[in-house]
Amino acid sequence: MSEATAGDYLALLKPRVMSLVVFTAFVGLIAAPGVPNPLLAVIAILAIAIGAGASGALNMWYDADIDAIMTRTATRPVPSGRVSAGEALSFGLILSVLSVMTLGVLVNWLSASLLAFTIFFYAVIYTMWLKRWTPQNIVIGGAAGAIPPVIGWAAATGTVSLESVILFLIIFLWTPPHFWALALFKAGDYERAGIPMMPNVAGEASTRKQIFVYALLLAPVGVLPGLFGYTTAGYGVAALLLGLGFVWYSWKVLLMRDEDRAMKPAKALFGYSLLYLFAIFAAYLADNVIGRALVLGGV
Amino acid sequence: MEKPELVTLTERQKKARRNRSIAIGLALAALVIIFYVATLAKSGSGFIGQ
Repeated sequence: MSEATAGDYLALLKPRVMSLVVFTAFVGLIAAPGVPNPLLAVIAILAIAIGAGASGALNMWYDADIDAIMTRTATRPVPSGRVSAGEALSFGLILSVLSVMTLGVLVNWLSASLLAFTIFFYAVIYTMWLKRWTPQNIVIGGAAGAIPPVIGWAAATGTVSLESVILFLIIFLWTPPHFWALALFKAGDYERAGIPMMPNVAGEASTRKQIFVYALLLAPVGVLPGLFGYTTAGYGVAALLLGLGFVWYSWKVLLMRDEDRAMKPAKALFGYSLLYLFAIFAAYLADNVIGRALVLGGV
Repeated sequence: MEKPELVTLTERQKKARRNRSIAIGLALAALVIIFYVATLAKSGSGFIGQ
């Protein structure tokens, strides 16, 4: 008989990743035109969160062998023995079906289809295939993490628009520099686990260059909603400053020397990237909410 | 006839099982409430209709 508590099952859902998914999906849902029923909006966010958690549980089921090797993941419920692999698989599958069906029945089937695709993409395409096969794993796999705002938008409108695709692109381009910054200072972990992350395959110098290239792509894409007139200039300025910050931190990583084992610039970029994503979506949300409030107030 | 072999749970296992049972109960109750209230909202009946 298992000694796993509800907390262990909650840990299978990767709550920190889930919080990012919830936030970006919420922004997509609120930024969409029209006013969704608040109750159905809450249900949509809940279903998206559970679906994201389910894919996390499936990931932990499949990756238990390599999670046990890496210091960052060794204490997860499956490698530590608190939850069996079979229990994690069942939990992930049940929650996947439940979240997709709930979203489909209560909200709409486009958003449910996108959620199902996201779970499949993360659990099967990324976890089972790309992650152990190519250093482009997190580039392609990043699509799964980038879809939540599109699902939120689809939940509110029943459609997908260019505006929601730009939100997708921001997260998609943010993912490689974010994870490669981590992979630089955790290269030993990935090496032991046999995961072909970019620094282990192409080398640190190439990874630093690629991080910088992605930062150069990300910064202007972050400003696109302002340029396309989806937001006010206020958001555009905030996105520009945040993007310049990202390029600056990436530049410091580019200049990092091979013999630098402390890798402070990579750690700083990793920290800043988390701040960047939260801040740019918060700015987008604030711009949208303030804009609507001004319209309602007749300003 | 052979006596069936019974499993004796440790205190820790009992506590963990109770903890899981409560969580499952709460989750199922939440699901019932969500579907009930959402059905009302979608059908547009009464106070929470669109």
